Amino acid sequence: MIREFGAGEILYLVTAMQWTVMLSAIAFAGGGLLGLVLTILRMAPWRPGHWLVTGYVQLFQGTPLLMQLFIFYFGFGIFGWDVPAIVAASTALILYAAAFLTDIWRGCIQAIPAGQWEAARALGLRFLPQAWLVILPQAVRIAIPPTVGFLVQLVKNTSLASIVGYVELTRAGQVINNATFQPFSVFLVVAALYFALCFPLSLLSQRLERRLRTGGAPMHAIP
Amino acid sequence: MAYQFQFGSVFAGFDQLLWGAWLTVVLSAVGIVLGLCVGIAGGWGRAMGPRWLRWTIAAYVEVIRNTPFLVQLFLIFFGLPGLGIKMSAGTAALLTLTINTGAYCTEIVRAGIEAVPRGQVEAGRALGLSRFHVFRFLMLFPALRTVYPALASQFTLMMLATSVVSQISAEELTFAANFMQSRTFRSFEIYAVVTLMYLALALAFRGFFRGVHWLLFERGR
Repeated sequence: MIREFGAGEILYLVTAMQWTVMLSAIAFAGGGLLGLVLTILRMAPWRPGHWLVTGYVQLFQGTPLLMQLFIFYFGFGIFGWDVPAIVAASTALILYAAAFLTDIWRGCIQAIPAGQWEAARALGLRFLPQAWLVILPQAVRIAIPPTVGFLVQLVKNTSLASIVGYVELTRAGQVINNATFQPFSVFLVVAALYFALCFPLSLLSQRLERRLRTGGAPMHAIP
Repeated sequence: MAYQFQFGSVFAGFDQLLWGAWLTVVLSAVGIVLGLCVGIAGGWGRAMGPRWLRWTIAAYVEVIRNTPFLVQLFLIFFGLPGLGIKMSAGTAALLTLTINTGAYCTEIVRAGIEAVPRGQVEAGRALGLSRFHVFRFLMLFPALRTVYPALASQFTLMMLATSVVSQISAEELTFAANFMQSRTFRSFEIYAVVTLMYLALALAFRGFFRGVHWLLFERGR
């Protein structure tokens, strides 16, 4: 029997948004923490750390997110760990977000005049207090608009987790479509719900950017 | 860890993967050219068009940039046939890529045009250049030069995003990998090799765009 695409189905899609939001939050929090560590490691006066972070960023920015998801999805199985799809999806998205955030934040830190580093050193601070107390608080101001902009990319990219079987908004859309056979209406609603999540964030990012008058933020657009 | 890695079956079918990689390059190249055309037309509309056109283009850009590529793909490939518009998976993939890349290019070209000093445009008008020539020589060309790095990185990211079109069974590298995976069940090995192939493609794209930059902007200077 073919179901109608009615209020109940739309409600199901709206409910599924919470899983998209949850996965985005996990990826953003985890990716932000790892990204912060990598950013500090890259700034540190230790060459191998710099190369390591650069290689990491190149690797994750130079390969499709879908491949990263597959690698972790099938990779956990190799070790004999039967993990649920959410674990594989979160791992891949955290590592992916960390690479892009590190790259965005590098630009923000480079925007801080070298005199700030020299002044901090002249005050007798070691590397970590230099970075943590002097440079990062100034860089955060510039970093907020492009970071919010990247959050939009992240929310959209959680849709790929549906491919490894994690039930979020896109997967819920496929499930409803398989029951109702009204793909145009179903995916139009799914797209509208993503828009409702992402557009306010985009506006916020633009507004913050204008207020801070930081000029053009580094463009990190992932279709 | 009791798992035995077996790359033999991957390399036995390596020519399939190479063919897939070639299709990815072709799909990306056509998508880039068409997307850039849409972007330039959109940038023209945003800069020179009447108010209703500027608003329509702005809405197009925002709608595309705030919805996932995968959902756009499903809407076009699964949704449009319901309205009587049928197309093959390859056509749907290319159409979605063009619409998607076009929106990002429009935004990038618009940013470049906005960065062109007003005085330069006014000087062109004062010299009696036509609107078309003012746009072409005093707005578009300087804008493209300014935003070239942003466009190049957008195109490389687009090439990586084409892996998603395997989900509507359009043929490219990921599709070839999925096909091989369903025959050999060597999932991890296949995707590890294909990931490295994408990395090589991304580096090649980056090198290519650097070369184009040198040809267009640096040579003989």
